[in-house]
Amino acid sequence: MLAYIGRRALLAVFTVWAISVLAFVIIQLPPGDYVTSYIAQMAASGSVVSEEEADNLRIQYGLGRPIYVQYYKWVKLFAEGNFGMSMEWKRPVTEVIGDRLWLTMVVAVSALLLTWVLALPIGIYSAVRQYSLGDYAATFVGFIGLAVPNFLLALVLLYLGFTLFNANTGGLFSVELQDAPWSMAKAWDLLKHLPIPALILGLAGTAQQVRIMRANLLDELRKPYVVTARSKGLTEGRVILKYPVRLALNPFASTIGYTLPYIVSGSIIVSLVLGLPTVGPLLLRALIAQDMFLAGTIVLLLGVMTVIGTLVSDILLVWIDPRIRLEDS
Amino acid sequence: MAVDSKGALTAAPRETLLSVRNLKTYFPQDEGTVKAVDGVSFDLYPGGTLGIVGESGCGKSVTARSILGIVDRPGRIVEGEIHFRRRAIDGGAEADRMVDLATLAPNGPEMRAVRGAEIALIFQEPRSSFSPVHTIGNQIDEVIMLHQQLDRRQAREKTIEMLRRVGVSSPEERVNQLSNQLSGGLRQRAMIAMALSCNPSLLIADEPTTALDVTTQTQILALMRQLQQEDGMAIMLITHDLGVIAEMARDVAVMYLGRVVEQAPVDEIFHAPRHPYTQALLRSIPRIRSGPRERLTPIAGSVPHPYDRPSGCPFHPRCPEFMPGTCDRQAPSLRLVGDQHAVSCFLYE
Repeated sequence: MLAYIGRRALLAVFTVWAISVLAFVIIQLPPGDYVTSYIAQMAASGSVVSEEEADNLRIQYGLGRPIYVQYYKWVKLFAEGNFGMSMEWKRPVTEVIGDRLWLTMVVAVSALLLTWVLALPIGIYSAVRQYSLGDYAATFVGFIGLAVPNFLLALVLLYLGFTLFNANTGGLFSVELQDAPWSMAKAWDLLKHLPIPALILGLAGTAQQVRIMRANLLDELRKPYVVTARSKGLTEGRVILKYPVRLALNPFASTIGYTLPYIVSGSIIVSLVLGLPTVGPLLLRALIAQDMFLAGTIVLLLGVMTVIGTLVSDILLVWIDPRIRLEDS
Repeated sequence: MAVDSKGALTAAPRETLLSVRNLKTYFPQDEGTVKAVDGVSFDLYPGGTLGIVGESGCGKSVTARSILGIVDRPGRIVEGEIHFRRRAIDGGAEADRMVDLATLAPNGPEMRAVRGAEIALIFQEPRSSFSPVHTIGNQIDEVIMLHQQLDRRQAREKTIEMLRRVGVSSPEERVNQLSNQLSGGLRQRAMIAMALSCNPSLLIADEPTTALDVTTQTQILALMRQLQQEDGMAIMLITHDLGVIAEMARDVAVMYLGRVVEQAPVDEIFHAPRHPYTQALLRSIPRIRSGPRERLTPIAGSVPHPYDRPSGCPFHPRCPEFMPGTCDRQAPSLRLVGDQHAVSCFLYE
């Protein structure tokens, strides 16, 4: 077990390294180097960068040295928590991303949790009571959830919230607390604002997972080991939850890896509509403005999130299905 | 077997362990009702072995599942009685009593108390009849803890002891293995260990050796016979293999399309079969004394589609003794033709 997790963790570290190379390549792609575009930016806004300052920056980033030295310097700055300057915002990338990173995580994780909390029981019910009224209802709502683009849903909810309750359902905070320092009141405010974006972002995923759970469980319910479990005299609920559901959980767990970053990058439009302070819209702007340090950093962070998600699902999978561990060794 | 004045089977005398009367289990579907079991009657005595033979789809397995109350949706018992003698509660304060399992709620507490503890099931698929993600020990412990007042540690000891009894080598290690780490024969042994762990009075074995190679098959059958002698349980052996029947059963019930067409002691079935179907079935298997190039006689026609059951006697379209006007109009009932020999055929009415 430990050996398996160790091997996976080692692979994860290797993957993160590969992602960092990719992020570095993205940063290097635009013509010129960082300093030339920095000087151009400064010139555009009317200030002048002295030769001395430019040279210092070149030395700091190792520009003009071989590419692997540049990469090394970049990674080294990283370790110090310095992700470079954002061209567009003229502030360090860390400052620009700031709270957005973990607010993004909060939104993504709550959307994921909501997906699971809704999809698991509905999927189980749909399979166990196949072709019942409840199954048809879940299927109907599920397909609507899949078919409606989530930004449209966001607009509809905003409109309804505004006309029916005269409430602004957008954002993650109330206007008066937007720029306030962190406090219990602000945290509570966040919790109150969270359900709507979580629901909107989670709905399509929920519909998909309900279908997956239903299909998997239907397959598992026909297997002989379910008959064995029933013939032991267990209650029907225990039979279903201990045996077929556990096997049907497999694809659920294996999707965590890509669901997390998908919610982040897939939420760009919803975040724009709802005015959510997450990294999604920031990435979009950074890509349009060729703000490569910001874009590279976000791509790197998304990559790391995927790797962490995959590691978590790998560990969950061995717990769910011990055969995986055996095959691996 | 008991008979009333008209010669039809009636309620069995008190000493039967299981007595099934006119059992009907139907599966309502959009295309029509599948009458998987359509009026089955038979008796099983304590410690006895009843073989149930028939082609695929004749309702053998559904009969077994009806007794256990685990018929798959949308199937259900629509008619009939399943009288089962429940074990006396410890201390003998209450004598053993007959319960009609057909009237119990399939997932109610009494049915679940019988299932696994007093009637156990083993079946064909040794590959998939254990959960692939739980250890063998976990799955056997579970049934022991469910029906006996034992804690986890005592249950595990009992599990190991049961595995040793059924001939699993180094059971202390096997308990922690997954089913795919065991061979087919070992899996079926573990399955038997699980079924017998609560000392049931009836073991239903549904094609227990079909998926095993011949050597393993012989070993498993020998094991079942040995355990039956030691524990005194009754076995209801469902199979399409007449060889297995000859080796194991004392009494045989032959099923065709959801009905018992003939029931008799094993010797009479093999040496003096009365029903045309049983006769045809015996002609269709190879004999050790037959000539080298002698052809087998297959049963004419094929098993009708479940939605398209023949009227009258279900066997009449394939029957060499078909009597027009009788067999296709009315359904015969099971009647005694000998001391313990019952046949459902108009030839004997």
